[in-house]
Amino acid sequence: MKNPNYFDEMLVDENHVRDPYKVYYDWFSNDDIKRLRRKSEDAEAFFRRIGITFNVYGQDEADERLIPFDIVPRIISAQEWARLERGIEQRVRAINAFLHDIYHRQEILRAGRIPKELISGNEAFLPEMIGVNPPGGVYTHIVGVDLVRTGPDEFFVLEDNCRTPSGVSYMLENRETMLQMFPELFTKLKVRPVSAYPQLLRRSLSDTAPTTSLNNKPVVAVLTPGIHNSAYFEHAFLADQMGAELVESHDLRIENGRVAMRTTQGYQSIDVLYRRVDDEYLDPLTFNPDSLLGVPGIMDVYRAGNITLANAPGTGIADDKALYSYMPDIVEFYTGEQAILKNVPTWRCSEADSLSYVLENLKELVVKEVHGSGGYGMLVGPAASKRELAAFETKLRANPANYIAQPTLALSTVPILSKAGLAPRHVDLRPFVLVSPNRIDITPGGLTRVALKKGSLVVNSSQGGGTKDTWVLGD
Amino acid sequence: MMLGKTAGGLYWMFRNLERAENTARLLEAGWRMALTRANSGSNEWQSIVTTAGMRPTYEQKYDDYTAHQVINFLLRDKDNPSSVMATIDLARSNARMVRTALSSEVWEATNECWMALKAELARPVNESTLHDVLATIRYRTSVVRGALHGTMLRNDIFSFSRLGTFVERADNTARILDVKYYVLLPSAAFVGTSIDNAQWEVILRSVSAERSYRWLHAGETTPLGIADFMIFDERQPRSLAFCYRKIGQQLQQLELEYRSDHESHALAQSICNRMSENTVDTIFQDGLHEFLGDFIKDTTQLSRLIETDFRFYG
Repeated sequence: MKNPNYFDEMLVDENHVRDPYKVYYDWFSNDDIKRLRRKSEDAEAFFRRIGITFNVYGQDEADERLIPFDIVPRIISAQEWARLERGIEQRVRAINAFLHDIYHRQEILRAGRIPKELISGNEAFLPEMIGVNPPGGVYTHIVGVDLVRTGPDEFFVLEDNCRTPSGVSYMLENRETMLQMFPELFTKLKVRPVSAYPQLLRRSLSDTAPTTSLNNKPVVAVLTPGIHNSAYFEHAFLADQMGAELVESHDLRIENGRVAMRTTQGYQSIDVLYRRVDDEYLDPLTFNPDSLLGVPGIMDVYRAGNITLANAPGTGIADDKALYSYMPDIVEFYTGEQAILKNVPTWRCSEADSLSYVLENLKELVVKEVHGSGGYGMLVGPAASKRELAAFETKLRANPANYIAQPTLALSTVPILSKAGLAPRHVDLRPFVLVSPNRIDITPGGLTRVALKKGSLVVNSSQGGGTKDTWVLGD
Repeated sequence: MMLGKTAGGLYWMFRNLERAENTARLLEAGWRMALTRANSGSNEWQSIVTTAGMRPTYEQKYDDYTAHQVINFLLRDKDNPSSVMATIDLARSNARMVRTALSSEVWEATNECWMALKAELARPVNESTLHDVLATIRYRTSVVRGALHGTMLRNDIFSFSRLGTFVERADNTARILDVKYYVLLPSAAFVGTSIDNAQWEVILRSVSAERSYRWLHAGETTPLGIADFMIFDERQPRSLAFCYRKIGQQLQQLELEYRSDHESHALAQSICNRMSENTVDTIFQDGLHEFLGDFIKDTTQLSRLIETDFRFYG
């Protein structure tokens, strides 16, 4: 049942189960598969009832969809996690140091470790942030690092997601579902809890409140684009779990130099805004003038130090694709250590040697546009036809600086419950990291996304991906 | 402290739930009439649509009143913004918007109500399935109400929810009476003649109170009795007096909690006063229709004041 070309996280071969999965595998083998299938259907009904759906634009009847949930957990041992944790913490520290530097003295550019034009010509770099000191010195309050695995000790960072990473509500609700469906498993295995995330988030946000606050206790609010946003469920969920207000732009205005929300008793000032609105839409007076999702003048309040925005504007420069290949240098420059987590090897087509390598090996590589996202403008060499390869080659030669190339990674597999029983499918992992002025908290687990289609390497929910509960075992 | 938008969302969530329930009750009364009448007049269906306040919209679409048309128009027609499906849809949207203010039981009950009705109203409803559909509406909305009472804190969240319920209900009862007021008027009835059995039954059934009326009035049905029961009887949970007592209580609760009062407090108080100064006799002397017309206008005005006093909109 397992494909020898990929590392399977459960099975070494037909007769050998990897350590973290031994207890689970025994339990599964002795259980009734029909019962498990029924549980799987129960889970779907449960998700519908509590309303964990995401909206799909422009489809009237089916405008709320469920992301499929697979009931087989993804299990990570204590040792594996400890190493990931160190690597993630190091990387997130470096990212915050980098952001501070890039919006202040720009030492890393002076030292020549990153080419200047990568920053100056980059849309993700916000000149408005130069010289601004975010309250508590934190730029990325919340980070969701995307990791993939290719072997027992081989983890790669695919993306750093420093803007407004989503998916944490799935991490929490997936665990709730598993606890309800399979309580017996949690008595057999020591699974580290994830349920403290909302309280940690609240504390972490409160800890970065401006020192100029007028309130006895920091007032925290979550800014959502509204109920039609695809992640609205998550925005409401997090506000609810934190005990914070969920606000939209029309609930807010600037009063006496502060951001205030309209309550039943008048306007009340806010100290920390966990905004789930992109930089571009945050303030029509500073950024996109047509934005209806932001608050006119909020950037002035921010620059005056009277509101905390989480994450800070301009953090996107740290997870920009053009900078990605420099991450090992960035980590080393600010921490003085080698990066613990690996980057996927990346060829920058702007460099002549790299370009000729990429052109020679086009059909083995994945080529991405530097500023693209969501899989657009991308070439997946092994899956492309001769004609597509030729067409892409022309584009690449015309503007090499617009592209980077990476090898096609052999993503690890974890079994799902398919019609035929357990069947391996490719996965990735997004752990969630909270940054406060004095500490970094990484919730043990994260969101495991799984490609439900056999052989598929695409885990995105928009393309048939599902999710799994992620278990980090205690010592 | 609470967002103005959230207060507005709660208020409209419960207004919409109440409206859906009332429409279902009206249909039930109409259906009952259609079943028990010897001659097959379609007048009752017309007056049901009128009571629901949807006559112009209905007549844009249809030339005549038939059971099947009216049932589907009031339950699920996409051109009817007050159909049961539309109001439940709105109630759920409101609930989604104010989700952080609701207990998970209330949210889930609302979401399940919406899912159940979406499934049942996906196709046209026949006379043979009407009963089941109406039962679903009654049952599902009751679960929401039960969850509200059983699980929510008695703070401003609760007050705005209840205000929505009773403003909608007061308006609804007044409309039912106003559409049927002429039934109660004929001077002959004043001197003790029983009015048309079927007619008063519709009035009582549309507030689900035909049995409680009989209990209280020992089976004697007179226009004055019915009007008194529907307007002044504080034991009757859908009477105007009952609704306004509840509205007054919730506004008072908000005044205590917020330590301030508004224009809406004053208006509610004056409406309550007018109720206690009047009797069913004086109302009949001065004109029932006029009284109801003023009452409906005042209630609309009260709703507007609540919306501005508590800053529902920016």
